[in-house]
Amino acid sequence: MSENTDIKLVEAPDGISGAGFFATSFEKVIGLARKHSLWPLPFATSCCGIEYMATMGSNYDISRFGSERPSFSPRQADILMVMGTIAKKMGPVVKQVYEQMAEPRWVIAVGACASSGGIFDTYSVLQGIDRVVPVDVYVPGCPPRPEQILDGLMRVQELAENESLRRRNSPEYQALLASYNIK
Amino acid sequence: MELTNENVLGKIISKFGEENIWDAFNPDGIMTITTNRESIHELIKYLRDDEELQISFLTTMCGIHFPGQGDKEMCMMYQLHSLRHNYRIRIKVFMPASDPVMPTMTDLYATANWMEREAFDFYGFIFTGHPNLTRILNIEEMEYHPMLKQYPLEDQTREDKINTYFGR
Amino acid sequence: MATENKKVELTDLEQFRLDNGLALTEEPQLTTLNLGPTHPATHGIFQNILQMDGEKIVDAVPTIGYIHRAFEKIAERRPFYQITPLTDRMNYCSSPINNMGYHMTVEKLLGITVPKRAQYIRVIMMELARISDHLICNSILGVDSGAFTGFLYVMQEREHIYDIYEEVCGARLTTNMGRIGGMERDLSPKALHLIDEFLKRFPKVWAEFEKMLTRNRIFIDRTTDVGAISAERALSYGFTGPNLRAAGVDYDVRVMNPYSSYEDFEFEIPVGSKGDTYDRFLVRNEEVWQSLKIIEQAYKNLPEGSYHADAPHYYLPPKQEVYRNMEALIYHFKIVMGEIDAPVGEVYHSVEGGNGELGFYLISDGGRTPYRLHFRRPCFIYYQAYTEMIKGGQLADAILTLSSLNVIAGELDA
Repeated sequence: MSENTDIKLVEAPDGISGAGFFATSFEKVIGLARKHSLWPLPFATSCCGIEYMATMGSNYDISRFGSERPSFSPRQADILMVMGTIAKKMGPVVKQVYEQMAEPRWVIAVGACASSGGIFDTYSVLQGIDRVVPVDVYVPGCPPRPEQILDGLMRVQELAENESLRRRNSPEYQALLASYNIK
Repeated sequence: MELTNENVLGKIISKFGEENIWDAFNPDGIMTITTNRESIHELIKYLRDDEELQISFLTTMCGIHFPGQGDKEMCMMYQLHSLRHNYRIRIKVFMPASDPVMPTMTDLYATANWMEREAFDFYGFIFTGHPNLTRILNIEEMEYHPMLKQYPLEDQTREDKINTYFGR
Repeated sequence: MATENKKVELTDLEQFRLDNGLALTEEPQLTTLNLGPTHPATHGIFQNILQMDGEKIVDAVPTIGYIHRAFEKIAERRPFYQITPLTDRMNYCSSPINNMGYHMTVEKLLGITVPKRAQYIRVIMMELARISDHLICNSILGVDSGAFTGFLYVMQEREHIYDIYEEVCGARLTTNMGRIGGMERDLSPKALHLIDEFLKRFPKVWAEFEKMLTRNRIFIDRTTDVGAISAERALSYGFTGPNLRAAGVDYDVRVMNPYSSYEDFEFEIPVGSKGDTYDRFLVRNEEVWQSLKIIEQAYKNLPEGSYHADAPHYYLPPKQEVYRNMEALIYHFKIVMGEIDAPVGEVYHSVEGGNGELGFYLISDGGRTPYRLHFRRPCFIYYQAYTEMIKGGQLADAILTLSSLNVIAGELDA
């Protein structure tokens, strides 16, 4: 029987191992698990959404990163991926979707419009979604290439892996949410 | 009958009279005529229902703002198309900004519904008889009609645009 | 007088109600259902507040404007050449058609005639865009009726179209392709090779995709008579493009008012009969074949010559010239700084976009920016018929109708 060398396993975190046991911290194991099963909520409004389709499609294949299940229900989603222009009319909807997500939750602003309003510096466009929700990763580009979107996802993976379990309870984090008027 | 600018204009003028149809010109191969608010509804109905013309497809309509033109400040443009004869015509109606009231075309063309709502949203045209004349693209709470020339394009809430950065 | 005692036939439901002491007729209990603006099955952001009687839609109130970006206002503040990137973002499934439609409008205003070669390159690019637009629409229709495979399969082919775009203009999706006065650069040998490869490979892929759905019993049952619209209503609603042709009207701007040398090519206009979802699917399928035919003809008969018009006032000079030639430097500066005055005029030009007649109505007052630029956006115009098309149908059918109409949010809200 030939050994299949294509399968890659993640490296075990640091810890103490001996005969029949392996001891490490809880935080590291949970971080590892979270990192590889981030379910995105594709909040696609315009052009960048089409590039997300390409990212989801067979050539770029986002499922290689454990995100093959786009969770359209905010309750089960881990990352909110806001892709495309958010008009002022849409702003409250983004906020509501964010509020419905369970902790821990991350936000990626994909594309120039979601990050800063992009070329649409107009009366009707929200100048960046960070005016209504806190953003973890910004992906530049108009629209970003699928590789860039994947890179953004990997940045969130890094955050998820290294995040302290107690971070979401910290007063800093509560203050951040309070500054956005999110409970 | 082959439709040409001459015979269509002749037919329209013989029906509506010189006093209601004026300023016919041909900027880009599409004849453009101007009429008044009283005749516009009848005119579009006539173009649609006439056996010979059959100009019965409303391609588009939009508002235009000419600030400082007095009685001709607000303009509504209708563009119609006869699919049978492949003939296009453009009709304009001018009115003062203080009184931008027009009859609706929703009873003639179903497509006029949203186009008129858009014109209301952008320019504040009032279409009498429209079933649901509310804002369509902008938020309901908006207090002005943004496409009017006096209003700025840019978002007024940005604080990072400091003139010295741009050499202004 | 003897009264006639009629025997009344009761349905099962009525018998059940009678047996259980319920009233025979009951007022339907309507449920309000909010569909959108971020529903996964609506591709883009459309909100419909539906009144439902069970699974049946009684009424729908659409709300749009969730991605209103004020294109028309921006266009009044930008020099002519800076408006092309806006058109990209209008219908992002078929950006080159938007770009070139706008370029042709401005050329009409400026009175520039574009050489034959540039026109043929434009035709190739526009038809590729039409293919990529129809390909998404039809494969998404498959996804919504439960066939994900087709989507993944043709998405791969769309990447090949994007490869061609990238070779021609450097971008994948928002192409900003070409310039006022022609193309920005000639087709490189690599681009020609990619087009050739595409023409060889794509028919097989598309035939397989068609085979999967066109004669598929489930797909036919799901789509026939769903979201049908008659030709009269469609015309009254201002339908154009594939959706109108599915209803049986053979209106196509490419034939009616040929632009960019479309009169040189042999192709047919597919027409449906019922105007339902299945007809729309078939019309788009056939249009892909016709587009392939056009690309093949344009590719084979690509004329020699320049790829842009000789219009130094409006067309950017090549960069090498800018460094060496005083005149070129001046033109370059004036064009880039937006200091070129356009003549006074008023033009309307329309092209056959992915979804129908895409029109540009441009008024110039002789300044450096358009005085008014109005876009006739086909999606905006026909989406208002959606309410009428889904009334009385099932909720699941409303989703299929929406995807077969191919409403693009960016074009809808401008």
